[in-house]
Amino acid sequence: MPINYYLFLSLALFTIGMVGVLTRRNAIIIFMCIELMLNAVNLLLVAFSKMHYQAAFEAGQVAGQAGVDGQLFVFFIMVVAAAEVSVGLAIIVMMYRNVHSVDINFLNRLKH
Amino acid sequence: MNALLVSALWGVIMMFSGVAIKRMNVVRYVAMAGVAILIGLNVAEMKGWHLLAIDTTGMLAFDHYALLFNSTLLLAVFIYLVLSGSAMERIGAHCADYLALLFFIICGLLMVSAFESLLILFLGIEIITIPLYILTGSDKKNLKSNEASLKYFLLGAFSSGILLMGIALIYGARGSFALSGVADTIRVSNSLMLSGMLLLLIAMSFKVSAAPFHFWTPDVYDGAPTVFTSFMATVVKVAVFAAFVRLFDRSFALQINAWQAWVAALAALTLFMGNITAVFQQSVKRMLSYSSIAQAGFMLLAVFAMNTTAKEGLLLYAATYSLATIGIFAVLIRMKDYSFEAFNGLASRYPWVAAALTIFFLSLAGIPLTGGFLAKFYMIKAALEQSVWLVLFSLVMAAVSVFYYFRVIQAMYFKPVGQTDPITFDPGFTRLLIGVAVLLIVLGLFPQLLIGQLYF
Repeated sequence: MPINYYLFLSLALFTIGMVGVLTRRNAIIIFMCIELMLNAVNLLLVAFSKMHYQAAFEAGQVAGQAGVDGQLFVFFIMVVAAAEVSVGLAIIVMMYRNVHSVDINFLNRLKH
Repeated sequence: MNALLVSALWGVIMMFSGVAIKRMNVVRYVAMAGVAILIGLNVAEMKGWHLLAIDTTGMLAFDHYALLFNSTLLLAVFIYLVLSGSAMERIGAHCADYLALLFFIICGLLMVSAFESLLILFLGIEIITIPLYILTGSDKKNLKSNEASLKYFLLGAFSSGILLMGIALIYGARGSFALSGVADTIRVSNSLMLSGMLLLLIAMSFKVSAAPFHFWTPDVYDGAPTVFTSFMATVVKVAVFAAFVRLFDRSFALQINAWQAWVAALAALTLFMGNITAVFQQSVKRMLSYSSIAQAGFMLLAVFAMNTTAKEGLLLYAATYSLATIGIFAVLIRMKDYSFEAFNGLASRYPWVAAALTIFFLSLAGIPLTGGFLAKFYMIKAALEQSVWLVLFSLVMAAVSVFYYFRVIQAMYFKPVGQTDPITFDPGFTRLLIGVAVLLIVLGLFPQLLIGQLYF
């Protein structure tokens, strides 16, 4: 498949995530939308990794290492996303204990 | 590399010291010793001594500039711990954990000032911000702290997503994460590359709180416990700026025509929003958070100009801005309320503290003889080679900043003592504060003491 399909798919997922972050009011759903953005990036990185491998292969180079770093990056993103989830959910739980809601419209105490 | 390894190790030591040591001030001394060791190791690396021979080619490059920047940062962290470390004990019972997180943040700071690959940039920024989310919300029963933490987390993760998308698009265009690979001179910069660069610019603006992506900063800085605001607004901010300059200098120098105008607009807008909004604040803590946005506008001039003067200037700016702001926050932490009125008549009761504070504010405003003046001078000199109008605008904005900084000085010297509850400063603290103020003056008179280190 041409790389454009992957590019458009992951940009569409990324945009859905971004619009979700900007419009939704529930902290958990915003959080899910951020994860969607990260996973769109993962998909794109894997697609580009394959593309660079293919390009090196067709150019007749020794293609063994080409594009590997893109897949490596995906693992790092997954690990960091997991760390972020654990901290983020802890923060949301802390908030819920104090105000019994996860609606971000409650976040207006700091406006002066 | 020395300091990076030991900072991660010392974070673990701090976690265990919380279990092993019952007295909290002893835990604090362990942390101070840790930072002192980090400074020693970093200076030793500048002299060419390595703890372990690790090959980090293509990932991290601790060149002379990065090492000197790291030494400056670590010195600022040491001064921060000595001046304000005791306030951590008042937030909660987990002082050792906060210090452990602090060491992990230091680990990230050392990474972002020396990265050589976009992967390390991403990891470094995440290592800095994830512990900061926790520290922001460390005052668990305080709703303001909760709210600041959630806001910081949601926006921080959102901007990380944008950063990653930028990196992915650049990887698509270049097939490499290394800065040298991204700065490929043979291949043309196609739309994939340019849009990736734009996304990186937006994400980095989020992280350094440049307008129009600054709106989270005042809320987060205001809601976080003041000790940690002090850390976030100073050391963390200047380290991310070093990353910003390094990224655009190393990898996007060829496309300078595509991004320079955007950075100029960001700098002008940041200077405007930061300074004008700071004028209307009623709380000194909130004023300082807007002031940090305004100072970020000045540091953006270094990204805009992108020449040797700008890099020297950024080093000096990092040192003087961090020292002055850490000093002001150290006094603010000891106050009961953060309004301007709380400073009324401070000079009659504590003349030395007031004198030191005056020097800090003069330095932030950029008055000659203080370090802040020369830092601003270097920035303006660097930007003057590119654009006269931006420089003129930044000078006007620096004049506006004098207004709100001098409000505090005026309150200290010319207002009668109010009925507010008495504040106490012990003599040791006062001496340290004067020491920091003297350091700022010395930097203002002999900037070569710091910048000259770059050329040995």
